[in-house]
Amino acid sequence: MTDPKITDDLIAAHGLNGEEYARILEIMGREPTYTELGIFSAMWNEHCSYKSSKKHLRGLPVDGPQVICGPGENAGIVDIGDGQCVVFKMESHNHPSYIEPYQGAATGVGGILRDVFTMGARPIAAMNSLSFGVKEHHKTKQLVHGVVEGVGGYGNCFGVPTVGGEVRFHSAYNGNCLVNAFAAGLADTDKIFYSAASGVGMPVVYLGAKTGRDGVGGATMASAEFDDTIEEKRPTVQVGDPFTEKRLMEATLELMATGAVISIQDMGAAGLTCSAVEMGDKGKLGVRLDLENVPQRELNMTAYEMMLSESQERMLMVLKPELEAEARAVFEKWDLDFAIVGETLEEDRFLIMHNGEVKGDLPLSTLASSAPEYDRPWVPTPAAEPLADVPSIDPIDGLKALLASPNYANKSWVYEQYDSQVMGDTVRTPGLGAGVIRVHDTPKMLAFTSDVTPRYVKANPVEGGKQAVAEAYRNLTAVGAKPLATTDNLNFGNPEKPEIMGQFVGALQGIGEAVKFLDMPIVSGNVSLYNETDGVGILPTPTIGAVGLIANEDELIAGLANDGDLAVVIGGTGTHLGQSALLAEVFNREDGDAPHVDLALEQLNGEFLKANRSLINAATDLSDGGLALAAFELADKAGLGLTLDSGDTAELFGEDQARYLVACSFDQAEALMVAAGQAGVTLTTVGKFGGDTVKLGGSDAPLATLSAVFNGTFAETFA
Amino acid sequence: MKAAVLVFPGSNCDRDMAVALRKSGADVTMVWHKETSLPEGLDVVGVPGGFSYGDYLRCGAIAANSPITRALKAHVERGGYAFGICNGFQVLTEAGLLPGALLRNAGLKYICKTTPLEVATTNSAYTADYTLGQTIGVPIAHHDGNFTADEATLDLLEAEDRVAFRYGDNPNGSARNIAGILSENRRVLGMMPHPERAFEAAHGNEDGKAFFSSLVSAVVPA
Repeated sequence: MTDPKITDDLIAAHGLNGEEYARILEIMGREPTYTELGIFSAMWNEHCSYKSSKKHLRGLPVDGPQVICGPGENAGIVDIGDGQCVVFKMESHNHPSYIEPYQGAATGVGGILRDVFTMGARPIAAMNSLSFGVKEHHKTKQLVHGVVEGVGGYGNCFGVPTVGGEVRFHSAYNGNCLVNAFAAGLADTDKIFYSAASGVGMPVVYLGAKTGRDGVGGATMASAEFDDTIEEKRPTVQVGDPFTEKRLMEATLELMATGAVISIQDMGAAGLTCSAVEMGDKGKLGVRLDLENVPQRELNMTAYEMMLSESQERMLMVLKPELEAEARAVFEKWDLDFAIVGETLEEDRFLIMHNGEVKGDLPLSTLASSAPEYDRPWVPTPAAEPLADVPSIDPIDGLKALLASPNYANKSWVYEQYDSQVMGDTVRTPGLGAGVIRVHDTPKMLAFTSDVTPRYVKANPVEGGKQAVAEAYRNLTAVGAKPLATTDNLNFGNPEKPEIMGQFVGALQGIGEAVKFLDMPIVSGNVSLYNETDGVGILPTPTIGAVGLIANEDELIAGLANDGDLAVVIGGTGTHLGQSALLAEVFNREDGDAPHVDLALEQLNGEFLKANRSLINAATDLSDGGLALAAFELADKAGLGLTLDSGDTAELFGEDQARYLVACSFDQAEALMVAAGQAGVTLTTVGKFGGDTVKLGGSDAPLATLSAVFNGTFAETFA
Repeated sequence: MKAAVLVFPGSNCDRDMAVALRKSGADVTMVWHKETSLPEGLDVVGVPGGFSYGDYLRCGAIAANSPITRALKAHVERGGYAFGICNGFQVLTEAGLLPGALLRNAGLKYICKTTPLEVATTNSAYTADYTLGQTIGVPIAHHDGNFTADEATLDLLEAEDRVAFRYGDNPNGSARNIAGILSENRRVLGMMPHPERAFEAAHGNEDGKAFFSSLVSAVVPA
């Protein structure tokens, strides 16, 4: 088969601009082969190279005594004591999910799980943050069904509990949904595996499923905007097989235990290309691949296709040659492919052979390090206009409007499609706040949350970025966890537009300040740009995934409010209605500034909550929807009525930060009051739990009526 | 009590089942699907939940023809105890060790939630520590848990007191609300809900504990 000639059209079809192609000519000193052009395209696209974002990511706080491995590997690693660590990352699969929702979401989950077990960690928890268009949009229902079934179909079969996440709806996602998948695993700190190859002439081994033509060019697709040719892009989406992934995980962990692995890397975006380059570059070695030895699913595959295939459930490993028999036996036990496809080279060279013919011969380290880096022009987001007058509203009507919106209704329709309890260590299932998983066979627990309020980020990227971290901090704190570290999944529009780049820069500034102050360094992450369709960008959505540690059950806060408990707010009265859920859902308005985040106050109030956990029966953070929504959720969960004394709109629905709502008995509240006085914390009794009526100021409704709305909205909207 | 837990490729509740058995006092061996025999002196075999062979073809259908399943059938023919939970129940029906079949849930969606179960008989090694008619909360997690059988089989199951558990809110469309059944000799049980997920205080629910304690105290050591 002859390779096509390199033409301007072919170069453009690979997402490379003139300047970038000139650079390729300079590096190669000749015209690249077709396979080489594909390799450059794969390595230099936005998804793999971070060419627009790299400059700004460098400033993020990534260190701390708890951090074992920060960004740059497959996932971040954080110490949790006793020789154990948690390995985690969040990654987007936005474009594939919009094109083919089931497989796009499924392979998003598969990819992030592979990132975790590649490092030697058994996955113990998953979450996902989903953003869809409005319910009225013709694509939304199909996307919701497809994505949720895809997430569940993959994670449930693989056998990882899904313990948390978010689902939101906004017209800005009509043409570009977001699917951000998080996974965390558990490993021993002395049994972590990295990607850097070592040793010359060591066998390079291909593991897992066979290579097909699926996903060829996927990463390049994911780095472009959408237009009306979207249907033509369907073949670039990969197809997932969670059954193979489960076997690959078990086989990989068994293989690691044999001592045969020198280094290992999963094949994700740009498959064989990225993984081979990564292993060679980190080990300062070259790599030769003999593609005829790659296990192939289809006939007559070309070098180009094999190098760019994104077939799922595959890994690349550098093997200790003396342990080949042991390693092969593990993969035969699990009926998975094990093939030696090349070797490490002393010289800096990426040599691609196919049936004795040279298909590519590139300088490996240059390929890895020479990706273009852009300092894209950006403009700061202008200060938000002041909030216009907010008309007064009957508080029950306001609450009902929130409960009737799929944004704030109970999401059980979604999370009951996910197995949240497999592995038998789930302590707190999804529904309200962070999910909690016990560290198997220990008293320790890990808490997981994912948070961002895109409206805030749009109005004020810096405060919005801070707020995403602060809300994650509060969600972890509200279950009694000490926040440990963060993974960020930064979803934005077209970085070539200065105002979009300004959102990105501002959000990173806010995230950086917050993770530094709250000691939640960023240990892994992912950037997804070009989330635009026909020139319309999404809301800036920097999803924050965070992990916290609970030392033992005395520290855990997981109870329900009791009949007669007082409702007590830690952290002051609601005042801020700008960009609030109430404005958006009731008045269809998105104006005013994002709420201000006072990081010192976040820490003061968070530490106070944890220090006084023995005085608290149930806790939740206050976020969108304010006091009214948080109090209703606690009441509904406990099956109790609720009385909030104030009927004031801002007090009930204001979204001021650094606040928690707790339920405690009269005696506990007295003691909490004393402790708050000593700690300098603002504490206010705002009402009580009990009965079967919800009273907000002078207005009321039966709990059963409101619960029916809250628990029925989602299914009614989407079933 | 000596127990074995079968491990098929794609099983994912094998560890959970082994933990519950061990914590209830059983001596547990994990047995790989390619084995052709079970350990000597075995009292009970557990078939765990998960997605054996990816549940491709039909849930449990390929596992029902796995080498170890032949050994399981021989164990049952000798009068041995065996129980299957979730995918394990599907395997036992596919293997012909229990009657009926599990169809796709009536709502066509996977469902994971705690569901009320009525203990429908206490006349079995698995349910003796419960009270007849007692309602317990046990998590379900399945896509294909809709139990079906012909009317005569259903009548027979009821006439012979072989319905072990019934759903309080029938989440999946199962015939006559059946969540779990027993074999004719009452020694083989299959159920869709997961008692091993409601086993200890950390789960927030210990209603499944009596399932395992019943078994351990009922089975006389070999």
